[in-house]
Amino acid sequence: MSGFLVRRILQMLLALLGVSIVVFALMHLVPGDPVRVALGTRFDQDLYDALRERVGLDKPLIQQYFSWLGSAITGDLGVSFRNGQPVTTLIMERLPATITLALAALFIALVVALPAGIISAVRSGTGLDYTVSAASQVGISMPDFWAGVMYILLFSLTLGWLPSSGFAPFGDGIVEWARHLILPALTIGLISGSIITRFVRSAVLEALNQDYVLTARAKGLSEWQVVRRHVLPNAWIPIVTVVGLQLGFLLGGVVVTEVIFAWPGLGRLALTAVKDRDFTVLQGAVLYIAFMFLAINLIVDIIYARLDPRVRVS
Amino acid sequence: MSDHLDDRLAAKPVSRTRETLQTLMANKLAVAGLIALTILVFVGIFGETIAPYGINEIDIPNRLTGPSGTHWFGTDDLGRDVFSRVIVAARVSLQVGFIAVGFALVVGVPIGLVAGYYRGGIDSFLMRMMDVLFSFPAILLAIAILAVLGPGVGNAMIAIGLVYTPIFARITRGSVLVVSEEVYVRAARSIGAGNRRIIARHILPNVMAPIIVQTTLSLAFAILSEAALSFLGLGVQPPNPAWGRMLAEGRNFFQQAPWMGIFPGLAILVTVMAFNFVGDGLRDALDPKQKSVIESRGQSV
Repeated sequence: MSGFLVRRILQMLLALLGVSIVVFALMHLVPGDPVRVALGTRFDQDLYDALRERVGLDKPLIQQYFSWLGSAITGDLGVSFRNGQPVTTLIMERLPATITLALAALFIALVVALPAGIISAVRSGTGLDYTVSAASQVGISMPDFWAGVMYILLFSLTLGWLPSSGFAPFGDGIVEWARHLILPALTIGLISGSIITRFVRSAVLEALNQDYVLTARAKGLSEWQVVRRHVLPNAWIPIVTVVGLQLGFLLGGVVVTEVIFAWPGLGRLALTAVKDRDFTVLQGAVLYIAFMFLAINLIVDIIYARLDPRVRVS
Repeated sequence: MSDHLDDRLAAKPVSRTRETLQTLMANKLAVAGLIALTILVFVGIFGETIAPYGINEIDIPNRLTGPSGTHWFGTDDLGRDVFSRVIVAARVSLQVGFIAVGFALVVGVPIGLVAGYYRGGIDSFLMRMMDVLFSFPAILLAIAILAVLGPGVGNAMIAIGLVYTPIFARITRGSVLVVSEEVYVRAARSIGAGNRRIIARHILPNVMAPIIVQTTLSLAFAILSEAALSFLGLGVQPPNPAWGRMLAEGRNFFQQAPWMGIFPGLAILVTVMAFNFVGDGLRDALDPKQKSVIESRGQSV
């Protein structure tokens, strides 16, 4: 296991190095002088000189990269071109909102997908199975931004049950916090749930077709005992993998959802940075999200390897 | 002599085509998807002729009127006919889908062929590069690329194409690793066929099945990605209609005119479902072992 762990961590570090090069290149591939582009009509010579010096644009590219990488490792991602605030501070302020949204969406996805997928597999070929399959097919094809807008139309504008946008911190009371969280979390949670449902269904169906299930049935166990004791323990491995993959999908999904619901997270920060041409903030947000994405993949691989020893060897 | 023998060893995919079509046609969902796609392509080509109104025909006195006999999908905040705009927008969605996925194919498949066939250092180098692109959530990478290139439909095609390149590289490489161990490849090598010839005549035809399936599924999600980018204001620019853009424009009027968002969204949903149905059907017909649509979406949005 330790050999696998070392190999996997080294792979992640290598990928992170590549990610850092791509993220660094973002600002330098912009045609023209990125600081001038960012300042646009707000151009001011003193501010321009100060920002150029801060970013180190007059130094050779390689030197700029290593100096940027060194600072990034120590948590210094530079300052925003727009308001001069440290990028790390801007990110840290928004990180909790993004993580809350991603985890709430994952919770909804699992609450929907596990029972739906298991029942659909156990009752395979029945009307219930077809209904679940049809619903998950719609969910998989659904644009997340459309789903979000439709929820706002129904639950906020028509029924008036839930707020249409914004974020309430936990300190304002759990009810307000949850009321603001439900719609954005549903938006990505149900789509993700549709994808997980199909995986759970096929994993459970595969396990149901094994010989040991036949033996368990022959021993006279009830169908639910068979599922609980023999099928689910063997279906976990593919399910854990897809749940991990989905966490990555959720990190992408939050970008659009945060914009729709004016959710103050990293995705919205990144998009605002694109529109403001605030390249240092964009670099920071992209770097953080990619880092989380890689870290999740690493954790999933480790869990996977613990559950299935064959993975460690391959 | 060796060329003649090599020709006889080469794959003959023709006989499989009929078998694949028969299996595909037996799948009701795939047939429904094919019919929907045929209509979509027709609408994409002849949209402007079919549309009852001009896409930028402003009619302020009739703004925000609901669906009726004269305006099937209602009108928007400028009195433009939503039905006509939804129909004409099909073209740009399909264009972005086909060109972006075409880009990913043209770049990704050769990378996968070279990596899988030659292995060793070049394989490690190319696949680590692909891993880096895989380290970003897809939509975030597309947004970052558009931040550099600037918003616009052409740049959105490049951004989506780049995002999908590693999927094709990985799938091709995986299949090449299996196929290059087959007896007919070793036989071709033993009679002196060159690497290029082996790749073109023996490897490529035999790795096409998963690539075709992935192409269909990727088309669905490329269209979804384009809609998301246009919704965020980074894809198609006004006044040209695009489904995602129409939805974004309709947001401010949803209470008065929900049809402004409902119909473009339905158009995206139906298109993506149609591609998914065909993709799933093709997978069952061509390559039952390959993972389905769900894995593609995991990487898509």
